Amino acid sequence: MATMEKLVGQAVLRKEDPEFLTGSAKYTDDLSVPGMLWMAVVRSPYAHARIKRVDVSEAMAMDGVIAAFAGSDFEWAGPLLMAWPVTEGLHNPLHYPLVTDKARYQGDGVAVVVARSRAIAEDAVETVKVDYEPLPAVVDMHEALSDDSPLVHEEFRTNESYTWANVQGDVDGVFADAPVVVKEHYKVHRLIANAMEPRSILVQPNPAAEQFTMWSSTQIPHILRTAMAIATGVPESKLRIIAPRVGGGFGSKLQVYPEEALALELARRLRMPIKWTESRSEGYTATHHGRDQIQDVEIAAQEDGKILGYRVRVHANMGAYLMIIAPGTPVLGGFLFCGCYGGVAYKTEIVGVFTNTTPVDAYRGAGRPEATQAIERAIDALARRVGKDVVEIRRMNFMPPFTEATQSIGGLMIDSGNYPATLDKALGLFDYEQLRKEQQARRDNGDTKQLGIGFSTYLENCGWGPSRVIGGILKYAGGGWEAATIRCHPTGKVVAVIGNTPHGQGNETTFAQVVGDDLGVPIEDVEVLFGDTDVAPSGWDTYGSRSAAVGMPALHRATSKIVEKARRIAAHELEVSDADLKYEGGTFSVRGAPSVTRTIPQIAFSAWRGHDLPEGTDPGLEESAFFDPQNLVFPFGAHICAVEVDTETGEVEVTKYVAVDDVGPVVNPMIVEGQVVGGVAQGIGEALYEEAVYDENGQLLSSSMTNYAVPSATEVPSITTGNHVTPSTTNDMGIKGVGETGTIASPPAVLNAVVDALSHLGVTQVERPATPEHVWRAIRRAKGGRS
Amino acid sequence: MIPAPFDYVRAGSVDEAISLLGSREDAKLLAGGHSLLPAMKLRVARPSTLVDIGRIGDLSYAREDGDRVAVGALTRHHDVGNAEALQELCPIVAHAAGQIGDPQVRHMGTIGGSVAHGDPAGDLPAVLLALDAEFVAQGPNGTRTIAATEFFTSLFETALAPDEVLTEIRIPKANAGWSFMKFQRRAQDWAVVGVSAVRANGGVHVGLTNMGLTPLRAAGVEEAVGGGADPASAAARADEGTAPPDDAFGSAEYRRQLVKVLVRRALEEALA
Repeated sequence: MATMEKLVGQAVLRKEDPEFLTGSAKYTDDLSVPGMLWMAVVRSPYAHARIKRVDVSEAMAMDGVIAAFAGSDFEWAGPLLMAWPVTEGLHNPLHYPLVTDKARYQGDGVAVVVARSRAIAEDAVETVKVDYEPLPAVVDMHEALSDDSPLVHEEFRTNESYTWANVQGDVDGVFADAPVVVKEHYKVHRLIANAMEPRSILVQPNPAAEQFTMWSSTQIPHILRTAMAIATGVPESKLRIIAPRVGGGFGSKLQVYPEEALALELARRLRMPIKWTESRSEGYTATHHGRDQIQDVEIAAQEDGKILGYRVRVHANMGAYLMIIAPGTPVLGGFLFCGCYGGVAYKTEIVGVFTNTTPVDAYRGAGRPEATQAIERAIDALARRVGKDVVEIRRMNFMPPFTEATQSIGGLMIDSGNYPATLDKALGLFDYEQLRKEQQARRDNGDTKQLGIGFSTYLENCGWGPSRVIGGILKYAGGGWEAATIRCHPTGKVVAVIGNTPHGQGNETTFAQVVGDDLGVPIEDVEVLFGDTDVAPSGWDTYGSRSAAVGMPALHRATSKIVEKARRIAAHELEVSDADLKYEGGTFSVRGAPSVTRTIPQIAFSAWRGHDLPEGTDPGLEESAFFDPQNLVFPFGAHICAVEVDTETGEVEVTKYVAVDDVGPVVNPMIVEGQVVGGVAQGIGEALYEEAVYDENGQLLSSSMTNYAVPSATEVPSITTGNHVTPSTTNDMGIKGVGETGTIASPPAVLNAVVDALSHLGVTQVERPATPEHVWRAIRRAKGGRS
Repeated sequence: MIPAPFDYVRAGSVDEAISLLGSREDAKLLAGGHSLLPAMKLRVARPSTLVDIGRIGDLSYAREDGDRVAVGALTRHHDVGNAEALQELCPIVAHAAGQIGDPQVRHMGTIGGSVAHGDPAGDLPAVLLALDAEFVAQGPNGTRTIAATEFFTSLFETALAPDEVLTEIRIPKANAGWSFMKFQRRAQDWAVVGVSAVRANGGVHVGLTNMGLTPLRAAGVEEAVGGGADPASAAARADEGTAPPDDAFGSAEYRRQLVKVLVRRALEEALA
């Protein structure tokens, strides 16, 4: 039998795309069931207000309205899940789907109506009378920590939720003696994820059996099932959660939302199916936000720029409540404020702060983009301070290349790394010297449009994650393993069931590539099933760039068990010993007699019939495996960006972008490139365009896509990608995650380029995002004017 | 997402539309719907009745008419942008229409709707103001012509009476030097600030977008140019008499600075 070409490593077209391209994919909002009712939530228009009275009688009197409830009409079995208490004494307010005492952010749910149509439900919302007593709101984190601040949760007598610290070495000693100390202050602004598909929920009850099926546009059906059991008391055994086609999440659907618990509870109470789909503007206040940190960053160095230590204090905005992993999101970056650089001392302190704003939680990169933007901008500041080129300062501070896991000064055991290699490769693709010459020429001419070049040589940690580690020092409540089942059908077709929940990552293709190679079957013959807790009952879903790093090894373990069993059957059929068989490309052949073979599909047929199996071998060819990694994985790389800045208007245009990423062996280069390009586009959005802005009363000013500027294709340049491979030592496949590298690496590359373009004017910093106005103000400040 | 309840009627003619507007309280004309419908979905606008004039075919045209170009109020932006009469005789209008929103908006939105909406951030109102266009309004008592300088009265308010229908825009020919500067965050956005400069009557007319409650003329700039000032010194007066908004895309202070840069660049281009 001819050896098939390996699937892994090929730019195989995506198996899932025909469904998307022909518009036949079914998302939650596409679903309807007989008798379905629509839910709509009455939301507080105030950021902070006591609820004195809720009157739903007028809504109840409307034609088509089935039910209406205030928050006090519910008794919940438990609160919405917060799974990451990062410190012992952390203040965690009990968070229920609707408030009863006071609203704590604009958009906080106060009451709910159920009607025969969405239009009626939305009309009914307007008739619910809520008697609000507006209270002073707190939006700014420093103000929230002052003694006279309004309290978001009075019971804690403070707006501080927690202080987490990571200290390595004699930090204060190093800083006291260091000849150079660079101090930077950064505001990492707030973002809105803007998944293409808004959130949507449908719950269908089977009242007689007390069973429920929930479809939700979620990244985490498995975690959600447990969380729903806690909140509503509906046991997990009676609850099936399906994430059908999900149109992106970027972390915003890594969440347990009030509406999910409400829809389930209403379906139980009313014994009718309940549907809810958020509108975009509703989602802007009701779906969690991302980022929002204030960072005070210090680097201690020698005169020549060799870094000695890092001292960072972060204020992280939690918003009004602690959502599922909110306290841990900044902690994910708490080991990375040293980037890929060395040193002898490290300290990061993170203070979680409550404010009267929409809760903040994971957004693509979750904690790592924040840390990366701090170190990558601060090292540029160090370069300016000691008079070194930004490339040189990085080179002299890189951890030297290593192939065995090595401890970083940030406290991580890093799987492997070769930081100079990705920088060299990126420089080779960028034409650095030529652009530096052009930059100088423009400076000499005093051109209106100046050129800037920015670097980001990043390191991140992902592949969430080793259960013992995340549950140990990180204090995360859940696990980080993954579960896979491989089922070989008698006709030779294969079903691979996985506990990840892809929602745009292309895993139906990449997983099928891995399984296809392992079992020697064509990719068309591998069906990947996921996202349904009855089909794939175990797993930890999709986030933290974990599908390739944790899901693929789980699949690989399951296929290994299949091959092991198939080998016994093949040996029996061919009347040789197990050891006489060679397995390659899905075929067992007898050593010395290569034409005598059995394939996996042939064995699947034998195992299905069970007519003649070796003694002690069960029928069937189906195996399950769990994989729990021993460590995280650590992608790294070098991104270089060129920008043109209009020095009169402050407008920035990205003119060139090179991204070289080391994510280990690449399963599908097309999909990896798509992840990088999409991530960089999102990062350019973060650096230059997008910002969620509140006024001092807690009203969200950037309240729709009209004034929250997600960039479009016109604003994003073409991006040159390059690849470098340093296998991870965390898993046998050497594989790392690529889902977040783009958003982690790119914002500082862009921001550094903007500052570089203006550095000859005396500009050393620009406020994020680098909007025309922020850039204009930075120039004016440098010229000695007001900011 | 879902508008408040409303009635919908389709008018077969301008006369029918006028009579429907007069007979129903809080009725609104629906043309392209690209400003009105989003406002209704956010429940910011709550008309009792939508009078749909979108299918009145004889209001879609652009033709030379003496010293002017006459444009039917229901001409869609895409057609305005591609009308030969405008491209040749009022090129700034055709060009500006091609810069509105995105292709979907340009294929639905109409020049009359854009003008009658009275949005100071709209592209065409300031262009038409700079050109000294006239607006033809038809009401129960007949037809009248309103000068652009009289037309835009306040934020989202115009000189049109509630039962009047804008039927035609009459634009003086202006195919000497011109410049249209639209400073925007993203390709499909409204202008943060827009500047329209047109050579006319031996001087330059300058219209400003999003610099106040209505589209504005930069009178100080026009006066300075008329007095022989160079573009840079004339542009220094660009924010005179303006009251720019403060919003997520720019503070008033920034807009005052930006408008001077854009006016200078526009004058340089229009006078080149």
